[in-house]
Amino acid sequence: MNRQIFHKEGATLRIMLPREVDHHAAEEIRSAADHILETELIGQLIFDFSGTEFMDSSGIGMILGRYKRVRFMGGAVRLTGVSERVGRLLAMGGVYQMIGKEEE
Amino acid sequence: MREEHHMKLEMESRSENEGLARTVVAAFLLRMNPTVEEMNDVKTAVSEAVTNSIIHGYGNEVHKIILSADILEDCITVTVEDFGRGIPDIERAMEPMYTTCPALERSGMGFSFMEAFMDELHVTSSVGKGTVVRMKKRIGREKAGNGSYGSAD
Repeated sequence: MNRQIFHKEGATLRIMLPREVDHHAAEEIRSAADHILETELIGQLIFDFSGTEFMDSSGIGMILGRYKRVRFMGGAVRLTGVSERVGRLLAMGGVYQMIGKEEE
Repeated sequence: MREEHHMKLEMESRSENEGLARTVVAAFLLRMNPTVEEMNDVKTAVSEAVTNSIIHGYGNEVHKIILSADILEDCITVTVEDFGRGIPDIERAMEPMYTTCPALERSGMGFSFMEAFMDELHVTSSVGKGTVVRMKKRIGREKAGNGSYGSAD
């Protein structure tokens, strides 16, 4: 996995999601992100969708999985750079019921 | 004159091939001059079906998936076929949020997305023999809309 998609600033971890977030990409992000979450102190996780053109339900599972993990440790999760298309999928997958929608 | 086009691709059930399947169907669909939204709808549905075959059909083992697509006039039909475990209870599998693999963080939204983004969805499955997902979408309903692929502007 290209580590450049992970940017850590203090206790904030920003994940720059790839152009296409499918099952293949989601699995790679999941294992790399979990490694960071297990070894470093992360209080805020940001999923940055600004470079994402495609996502399917695998992306939703990956986001909710990380959300549960970060919340369990008392941290917060944010979603930024969400396009109309990705936003529609997040809404359909129930993500906004867990993670607040942000005005851009 | 009735316009008929057909394509068929045999590939292995590797997760890298999810992108291949989307790209191939997207390239095939281009000749129908779809909108960006129609293109995304079909790509999402294809991705869901192929991912299901990889994870649920074959349990991440590498076997054969057959992807085919047919254009008949203004409709595209995409078929994804595997020869894996099959689905014991299709009705249940198609319920939103239902998943047999919560540990794998499956959202259970695969069939819901296929249903939402295509006009028709047919699933036939036989336990121990495999699953066929056939989905159909009419292209060009929103032709007045903007942002179509292959348009001059």
